[in-house]
Amino acid sequence: MSGGKAFDEIYGSDAAGAREEFAALARWIEETPATELERRQHAAEAAFRQLGITFAVYGEEESAERIIPFDIVPRIFSAGEWARLQEGLEQRVLAINAFLDDIYGERRILADGIIPPELIFGNPQFRTEVSGARPPHGIYAHICGIDMVRTGPDQFFVLEDNARTPSGVSYMLENREAMIRLCPELFDTYEVEPVDSYPDMLRETLRSVAPRGSGHEPVCVLLTPGHFNSAFYEHSFLADNLGIELVEAADLEVDDDFVWMRTIEGRVRVDVIYRRIDDDFIDPLVFRPDSVLGVPGLMAAYLAGNVALANAPGTGVADDKAIYSYMPEIVRYYSGGEPKLPNVETWRCREGQALQYTLDNLESLVVKLVDGSGGYGMLVGPTASKAEIERFREALAAEPHRYIAQPTLALSTVPTLTAKGVAPRHVDFRPFCLTGTNGVTIVPGGLTRVALREGSLVVNSSQGGGTKDSLILAGAKRRQRQSQSQSGQQQDQSIDRSLLQQEGGMSVAIGLGQAQGGQIQKLGDTIQSQSLAGPAHDSSDER
Amino acid sequence: MRLLIHHRTGYRFSEPQKRLVQLLRVTPLSCYGQNVADWQIDVDCDARLKSGRDGFGNEATMLYVDGPIEAIDVTVRGEVLTENRAGMVAGAIEPLPPQLYLRPSALTRPDEPITDFATTIAATQDSALSTLHALMGALHERIAFDPSSAEIGRGAGQAFAEERGVCQDHAHAMIAAARVLGHPARYVSGHIWRPDAPDEDQPATHAWAEVWLADYGWIAFDPANDHCPDDGYVRVAIGLDYRDAAPLSGARIGGGAERLTVAVRVERLDGPAPQR
Repeated sequence: MSGGKAFDEIYGSDAAGAREEFAALARWIEETPATELERRQHAAEAAFRQLGITFAVYGEEESAERIIPFDIVPRIFSAGEWARLQEGLEQRVLAINAFLDDIYGERRILADGIIPPELIFGNPQFRTEVSGARPPHGIYAHICGIDMVRTGPDQFFVLEDNARTPSGVSYMLENREAMIRLCPELFDTYEVEPVDSYPDMLRETLRSVAPRGSGHEPVCVLLTPGHFNSAFYEHSFLADNLGIELVEAADLEVDDDFVWMRTIEGRVRVDVIYRRIDDDFIDPLVFRPDSVLGVPGLMAAYLAGNVALANAPGTGVADDKAIYSYMPEIVRYYSGGEPKLPNVETWRCREGQALQYTLDNLESLVVKLVDGSGGYGMLVGPTASKAEIERFREALAAEPHRYIAQPTLALSTVPTLTAKGVAPRHVDFRPFCLTGTNGVTIVPGGLTRVALREGSLVVNSSQGGGTKDSLILAGAKRRQRQSQSQSGQQQDQSIDRSLLQQEGGMSVAIGLGQAQGGQIQKLGDTIQSQSLAGPAHDSSDER
Repeated sequence: MRLLIHHRTGYRFSEPQKRLVQLLRVTPLSCYGQNVADWQIDVDCDARLKSGRDGFGNEATMLYVDGPIEAIDVTVRGEVLTENRAGMVAGAIEPLPPQLYLRPSALTRPDEPITDFATTIAATQDSALSTLHALMGALHERIAFDPSSAEIGRGAGQAFAEERGVCQDHAHAMIAAARVLGHPARYVSGHIWRPDAPDEDQPATHAWAEVWLADYGWIAFDPANDHCPDDGYVRVAIGLDYRDAAPLSGARIGGGAERLTVAVRVERLDGPAPQR
């Protein structure tokens, strides 16, 4: 369905055999019996289930949590491929941060006519609440998960910039641990860059953006919506591995425009909040008044410069699909150079010619809602029914500005264990890029998502996608550094060591855990009326 | 005019609260025709106040109170010198461009009846300015003042359909209709001097709309009174709708119920009442 034959990342485009650097992996795939691969895969999945790495699928009848399928055959990048990706990613996230600083500040990019102003001012993701305010150190998107696809040996494209609260990094870490345990021979064959330094990198990034002058070691916490959230496992996993407190809204309070964490030994001032709650819910006084997940006054503390929020509120304007199509211009504008990582060609249906092209080629295009996510509200032309195409045709004609269209890419494939043995399946890739005052750090790895159904291009976990480990081969320098081989055993030990270091290096964070007894209720707003007082509605039951 | 404003908000709680956090937008800023001579916020208990600016340029004050607390009174008072500029607004802090105020918001999302209403009226007028005046008059006629309908979270469409509401509903409907016609429009929360009842306490603050026209800039319209704000009006806070400009929003920790009382007194300190 993807037109021509897709590029396979191990075997290349022709049937001549595996690409040179990956020949050993190809041999491993061919020589390990399918039953053995299956056994290991089941062992990995059993371990994930035991750990509780689950997610809830939205819109599913029984909202039973389930694990994201794990595929035992890893994906692999050469050191050279990774070096090029890394350069491009760094350029991209620097541009994203520069764009956000500009758009909430001087708005030079609008004055210079690079982006149509209505795309910013009419965009609900442009948050008036933070306009004119600069976060500590001017950094907005501390953690970006840049979704990429590949169509050939050197053809990488950015599909989506996730600059709000990207998730999935726990899969990167857990998948690697499982692979080292279950397939240690692969790590004997290849020198693989470790990913277990991610928690250290993230902690350093968070500490680096603490507001100046707090006079103590920065206190960082992870704010979660709670255990009902589909990504709760990741929240608790990351808090554990960073050695920081996992808190819910009720554990925090704002006083005098400072944020405090309540602990049994008194309150502790918080400098940095790694929040995994959407903008809309972080402060009921400023954003959604019915939110029980947020901390009243948090935005005042943020606007006063007394706390850093990672990511900052308002970053959604940078990863919006309508803005996405301008990313090449944005990168050029702030970096002064050509984008090292191109976008997927995108037609903005708000523009007349693009709309016409889209309507004329619906059968071959992917059409996306500008404000949709998770694979919902999307038309994949080549696999869509006539009725679906007609439905989109009408929707496009009615509200063209809400859509973009892209070509159906022949996404690269990676050998994947299926019911009928190992077969190619389409993949994408989400590396995690960290930005702090210490610069951009990118862990050599990422989340590879795989569309498990034959021919399918939809990798979203909510649409039946799975994950793979993503191996980055060490460059020559690194190979010298770690001359002794990495056995699974040694790798496990190094993980333990890094955990110990984290505990030693932690500053405050005293046990807290359970939410405090007090309930929060909203004060009735004052009703405005011209003569008689309206009833002041206590909206406490909305909360 | 020289206006003395006294705006008191009181809360009584059925059980003691552990903590209160409130966001107040109660402090007017000076602009042409509005000179804030004196202004202060008093709280009748031990409270911490912190002031800052929000994205719309409003003065936003955070109020933090530790419990146990059973009642709180927040009193805002001050003196403002005003001039009649016939609704023309200028000299205000404008951190955001007019274009932003084309964006629909939760309480001002236009529905089909409002869209029809706005386009029908526009078709009978020969200029944008006269259209806006006609909209103000028609909304004043259509939406009957009815304080029993006052309710937070009531959108423009609902008040328009039910044909009753309070000043914030008039303002929301005016904003929705103006945006339908492509004019940036925003919500204003403020105070009004009532020459017909100068000594009476008003039980709430007032609200109206401002609409931007390229040839004039921002122009204020008060559809609740079918009148373009003059020197009897004091502009306090703006936003896309009520939620951005609400005088008070807050959260409390402690449970139980609350009773709210509001009293606003606007007195004229100089001269006789002008013709209105």
